[in-house]
Order: sequence, then structure tokens, then C-alpha cells
Amino acid sequence: MRSFKKAATPYFIWALLFIVISLLMVLYYAFTGESGNFSTENFVRFFAGSSLGTLWRSLKIAFFTTLICLVVGYPLAYAISRLEARYRTLAIMLIMVPMWMNFLLRTYAWVTILSKNGVINSFLRYIGAAELDLLYREGAVILGMVYNFLPFMVLPIFTVIDKMDEGLIEAAADLGCNKLMTFIKVIFPLSLPGVASGISMVFIPAISTFEITTLLGGNKTNLIGNVIEQQFTVTGDWHYGSAMSVVLMVFLLFSLIFTRGEDEMGTGSVTSTAEVDRE
Amino acid sequence: MSKFIKRFYLFLVYGFLYAPIIVLIIFSFNEGRTRGSWDGFSLIWYKKLFSDKEILSAVYHTFLVASITTVVSTIIGVLGAIGISPYRKKLRAAILGINQIPVLNPDIVMAVGLMVLYRILGLDFGLVTLILAHIAFTVPYVVLSVLPKLKQMPSSLPEAAMDLGATPSQTLTKVIIPYIKPGIFSGALMAFTLSIDDFVISFFTTGNGIETVSTLVFSMARRGINPEINALSAIMFIIVLFLLVLMNLRTEKVT
Amino acid sequence: MATQIELRNIEKSFGDHQVLNQINLEIEEDEFLTILGPSGCGKTTILRLIGGFETPDSGEVIFDDKDITQVPAYLRPVNTLFQKYSLFPHLNVYDNVAFGLRIKKVPEAEIKPRVDEMLGLVNLKGFEKRWVDSLSGGQQQRIAMARALINRPEVLLLDEPLGALDLKLRKDMQVELKRIQRELGITFVFVTHDQEEALTLSDRIIVLNEGIIQQIGSPLDIYNEPINAFVADFIGESNILEGIMHKNYDVSFSGKHFVCVDEDFYPNEAVDVVIRPEDVEIVSVEKGTLQGEVLSCLFMGVHYEMRIATSAEIYLVHSTIPRSIGEPVGLCVEPDNIHIMRKGEVEGDEEL
Repeated sequence: MRSFKKAATPYFIWALLFIVISLLMVLYYAFTGESGNFSTENFVRFFAGSSLGTLWRSLKIAFFTTLICLVVGYPLAYAISRLEARYRTLAIMLIMVPMWMNFLLRTYAWVTILSKNGVINSFLRYIGAAELDLLYREGAVILGMVYNFLPFMVLPIFTVIDKMDEGLIEAAADLGCNKLMTFIKVIFPLSLPGVASGISMVFIPAISTFEITTLLGGNKTNLIGNVIEQQFTVTGDWHYGSAMSVVLMVFLLFSLIFTRGEDEMGTGSVTSTAEVDRE
Repeated sequence: MSKFIKRFYLFLVYGFLYAPIIVLIIFSFNEGRTRGSWDGFSLIWYKKLFSDKEILSAVYHTFLVASITTVVSTIIGVLGAIGISPYRKKLRAAILGINQIPVLNPDIVMAVGLMVLYRILGLDFGLVTLILAHIAFTVPYVVLSVLPKLKQMPSSLPEAAMDLGATPSQTLTKVIIPYIKPGIFSGALMAFTLSIDDFVISFFTTGNGIETVSTLVFSMARRGINPEINALSAIMFIIVLFLLVLMNLRTEKVT
Repeated sequence: MATQIELRNIEKSFGDHQVLNQINLEIEEDEFLTILGPSGCGKTTILRLIGGFETPDSGEVIFDDKDITQVPAYLRPVNTLFQKYSLFPHLNVYDNVAFGLRIKKVPEAEIKPRVDEMLGLVNLKGFEKRWVDSLSGGQQQRIAMARALINRPEVLLLDEPLGALDLKLRKDMQVELKRIQRELGITFVFVTHDQEEALTLSDRIIVLNEGIIQQIGSPLDIYNEPINAFVADFIGESNILEGIMHKNYDVSFSGKHFVCVDEDFYPNEAVDVVIRPEDVEIVSVEKGTLQGEVLSCLFMGVHYEMRIATSAEIYLVHSTIPRSIGEPVGLCVEPDNIHIMRKGEVEGDEEL
């Protein structure tokens, strides 16, 4: 295999240019001002200004999204793993099918459901109930995120539970555990790596999204992703935008440190979805 | 009883996941323009879709970008995985750590990085930068799909090929690539789906009026969505469903 | 017979671990040579050096008087039978066997009869269309052999090819290997840790331990005249005892003096004394040079294996007549069955 080391040359060039150099450039932009001199003014501005509140709101929304995904997704993954083999494949397939459809279109469909003249309100009018103001509020944004990211929670948890050695569960039963005790003492602790990778797979996109906010939150709910987007597309202050990207990366680092013990570098998350793909 | 609760729960969650898709498909046949109210069945939006240059060009670009990306990323990623597997464990771990960055990094940070990189290289934003960006963010997934297959391959297999007179490049094409084919296939499929589905990175790295379906939907959403998009989604959904059923039938035949 | 392969002063290390230390050996044309040693002794590395999968840190590999040390595997006129068969799982039996010929661009019309011939040689005619994972271990091994031999190599390297087979199959394959080697008349270099296999198959055996060649010789030489305690212990079961060589033909161990046939030691040199279990005779207590008591007696099929405790040691004894446990017996050994070895001697030391 030694003779194949050269095959990786294009890959190394790619990694150097698109990962290493591009990230270094973001750092460089973050720590310089318009004049090109080294400065921390971008960060000072960030932590002193209104953006800090945006960051808090982003964290809060990402936290609730992750929590809801976990609370909804874990029982779902567990229930699917207990299905008969042929229903199990179908059920997991059905989780993934929506992911093959453009997610903006799917998200936008929620506007059709939630809006003032949307499906729910038309129905409420029809039965004579009061209309609800559903769209363009934080709740709609969280709903959109849960809707989009739920599969990211379900798939890694399912993969871990599904792969679990049936012998362990039988052994627990043999040693006197009832179904509940087996779950608490054996299945749940062993599924934690899946939970960890699920959490990071939901939390990271949830804290950085701007498109779901734009579609379902109107202009009322601004998150950190929206602020970064505006810096690059509207305001044109790339240095400030880069600084905020760096802040976002720091949060990514924290969430990785939090989950890393359970799941080495999050590789499980990607390979596990890849494996499910092949089923 | 618990079985009933389980079924009801599954029904609820799947309902949640499929509700928007069903609504989309139903309203693609709606005669009226308004969302939410049903004005009668019609195929008008399908008809209009096929004469809407803006949407058709976005569909064309989406598939063009995805196709080129799939081919190029698969080549770079497969060769990369083969090339790094003989490295010593520590060095390989370091390379994979770097490989992991685009996978874990929020899309928006990756996109920002690419924008900054393009500006420094003096590139004009357009189709080329868009394709480069898609290749950039899909390569790591190809590597990750291929590596487990390579790890599974006994090192004596390529040795056996060389022992029988195969040169390194013959060993690559006649033994290694056929062996890791399932990994290559799933890597390519992943690159293709990620590229088709991407919005964030495309949004930041395109320009010059080049739109993909995602960026078009996003800009339309701001000025009010055209029901033709509903028709487009319905068509795409049916195609995906059809392909999945086809693939499942094929794999069932194989096993 | 002419020398075909020669290893000269080979040194090889992996990291800090020296695997091969000053390896010098010659392989004759058409012989069945076995490299025998415990796992981790470096025997597979020697094979991989000849096959072209490793290059030595220093020293040369000579093939037909040409230095091939740096020649890559695919250009060497040798083929390997790998430990885990290494059949290509994406190809059927026919395509696996035809692999080497197709690489050489041999016309398909010529490949067909040669594949037939090879499948005939390994008794697997009719398996052409089968997938390799549908075959048993023994069948896979035969296909691997056909795949290697179809290229008409001058040398076949075999890396513990029978290790993964069960006992019965292994015995059959041993006979098969020997038959094929005689039929084709090519050199076999065989690596194994199984001494019995080595003794059965080989024309010559190289005993290797910790990267150092201990002894080279015919199976009979190595069995009867092990050069040191390691070889004696590794080749068959032995009683290995601490002894003192007082003068020519006079050795003492287990507290008694014995007559032996060895000479040319230093006066009172400490030596290893090796006695094969079948060479220890059980006699009546009065007639024995040593006295002992039977500790255990197991029927082994052809003979009984007994452990007999003397005042100093426990002797392993093979005999066709069983003794009861606790029975006092006498032991004696013929002078030419007592093998005296210098401590730590290895192959080549005598010449120094």
C-alpha cells in the first residue's frame, strides 16, 4: 500500500487550500480592521453591542431545539429499533426520505400550514374557532428547526441501539432485570454515544442557521446566523462577520468537548448515517 | 395498550414529518394562488413551471453543479482515502482531524471561509466558485465513506495482486477499487445529495445571477412564493421516491 | 543443485524492534525449504523480503546471481501463498486463477486451458463459476495455490498456508503440497511454526528464533543433532538438563556421571544436556543409573507418556509399556542418546 501514498496529493492540496488556508483567512479577517492592522476591535464590538443578546437568543433556541429533538427522537429511535425487521427498514427509510427533498421547500411548506390564511387557520375558521397567530415568532422557528433536524437525532441513536448485541439484553433479563430495568441499566447507558453524536448533529446547525429563521421567523427573530449573513451580504463588513464566525466556532469547540468523550470526533455521526443509507 | 401508544406515537411523528410534504403536493394542484384555501383542482402550475425560465435554469444549475461535484469529489476523496490509509496511525489521525473540520463546522462558517478565500484569490463569484465550493464541502464525506471499507480490506489483498504481477496502478483498478466499490458508491451518493440539498454554502459562494433551486426558493420566499415551486417540489419528491424504491428493489435482488 | 536465492547479511528493524539480525542463507533450486520458528521470530519477514513486500535495512537479496533487493514485488519471478488466502472477493474462481495471466496480457485462448490444468492440479475442476466466499477454507487454499502456480513461478513462497485449517484437512493438504512440489519441480519456501509439519515436508529446515538463524539442516539432522537447547526444545519434546562436561566422554547431570560420545569441551564446562523422551529406558530400580517414581502415565495413541520424578528432576519418558502411578523405577540412557550442547551456540559458530 505504500506505493499509493502519492494518490492523496489532490486531496492534500484540497485540504490545505479549502480547510487550512480558508480558516486561517477567516481568523486573519477577524483580527484585523478595515485598515488591515491587527486589532481586537471586532470582538470588543461584538461583546459590547446588541449582538451579544442575539448570541444569547441563538443559544437559547438551539438549546430548546436540541432538547425537543432528544425528547421526541429518543423514544422514536427506540420504538423503531423494536419493530419487526421488515417494518424497521421501512420506518428508518421513511425518516430519511424527506431529507432527500429540498429542505427549504419543506420548510417553506410550513408557511403554507401556519400562515394567517394557512391550513390551520382555514380549518379553525371553518369550525368557527378563533384564529391563531402562529407564524413569524420564535415558536415557529423552533418548530422549523425540530422539523429539519429531528432525523439527525434519530438516526445515530437508532444505529447504536440497533447494533446493540441482543445477547446483552437477554443477559440482563437472565440476571433478573425486568423490561424497564433492562432499559435503564443496559440499553440507555449503551446508547449514550448515539445520543452524544445526535446532540452535536442537532446543536451545531441549530445555532448557526439563518435560513430557517428568515423563512419562519420573518424579520422578528434574528439569530447569530442572520447577523453574520447580513455582514457579508448587506453591510459588507467582512471583518466583523469573520469575528462572529470565530465566536461560533468556539461554541462548536465547546459542544465537541462536551460530546467528544462519548463519540470520538463525531465520526460516529457521519459514518452511522452513511451506514443507514446503505441499508 | 403499550403497543397502541407506540403506534400512535409513531403515527404522530411521521405525520409531523410528512405534513408539509403532503400539503405541498396537494397545493401544487390548487387552481388559486392563495395558500391555505382550496380553489379547485388544476394542472396550471405544472404547465407554467415548464415555461418558467428562471426555475428551469435553477434546476439545470442544481443538477449541473451536483453532477460535476459528485464526479470530482469522488475522485479526490477516493484517491485521498487510498493515499492516507498507509500512513502511520498518528499522522493519519491528524489528517482525519482536519478532514473532520468541514463536517463539524457550521455550514455558515465554511461558507464564510470560502468567500474570504475567493476574495483573496481574486475569483469572480459565479458558477466556477459555486462548483469549487460544493467540491470543497463534499470531499470529506467521500473520504469518510471509503475509509471503513479500506480498513476492512486485508493488506495482503493488494500484495497478492502485486505478487501476481500487477503494477501499482493495475492493483488500484483491478483489486482495490472493486473491493471498496460499495464505499465509493455510498460516498458518491452522499456527495450528490449534499450538493443537491445545499443552501447555505451555495448562497454565499454563487454570484453573477447563477441560482440553484435552494437559493431561488430562498429569494422567492422573501418576495412571495410562486406556486410553481410547489409543482416542482412534488415532481422532485416523486422522482426521489421512485429512485429509492428502485434502489431498494435492486439491493433486495442482490442479497 | 545450484543456488537460486541468497540472502546476504540481512538486517531489518520495525521501529526499535530488530526483527532480523545478520541473516545469511542460500536456497537451492527445486528444494523444499522450511523456515521454522515461534511466532514473532521473523520468519514471515524473511518471506516478505524474498517476495518483495519489504526491503531490508541493509544486506542484499540475490536471485539467480542478480541483486533484486530493490526490485518491486510485481517484477519478481516468485509467487506467494498468503496466510489468509487473500483471494479477490469480487472475482469468481476462474477469474481469480486467471488474474496473473490477464495482467501479463496472455490471450484468453491460452488462459482457458491453463486454468483448467491448474484446477485439475488442485483437484477443483468444475468450480470455475463459484464465488470465493462460497468455498471452504481448504478449497480457498487450493484456489490460492492454483492462482499462484498458474504463473509458473520459479519459486513459491508459502506463509503458514495451513495454519487456518483443521487438523485432518491440514494433514491432507501436507500430502497435497508435497505432491504438487514434486510434480512441478519448483522451489518451495515454506514458513511455519509447526515443527511436525516442517519435519514431514522439508528437504531442509531453517530454525529461526528472535531474528537469528539457530540451525540449518535436514529434518533428520535437526531432530537428531539439535545445535542448542532452543532447537532441541522446539523440535519435538525433550528433557533439557543442566550438566557439567568434566572431560571427554564424561558428563554429569541429575547428580550422576554418564558416559557420552562428545569431546572437545573445556574442562568442567557447563552445558545443556538433551535427551529425547523415547531415548530414556525404563528398567528395574536396581539396574537404573537414576531412580525415580512414576508421577503420571497417559496413553497417547502409539505410546504412553510418563512423567517420572527423580530426586533432582522430572523426566518425560515415552514407552510402549505402561507403568502404574507411584511405582518405583530405574532409568538409563545409552551414551549416543545423550546430546551435549554448548550454551547459546547457533548456526555458524563452529566456523569462528
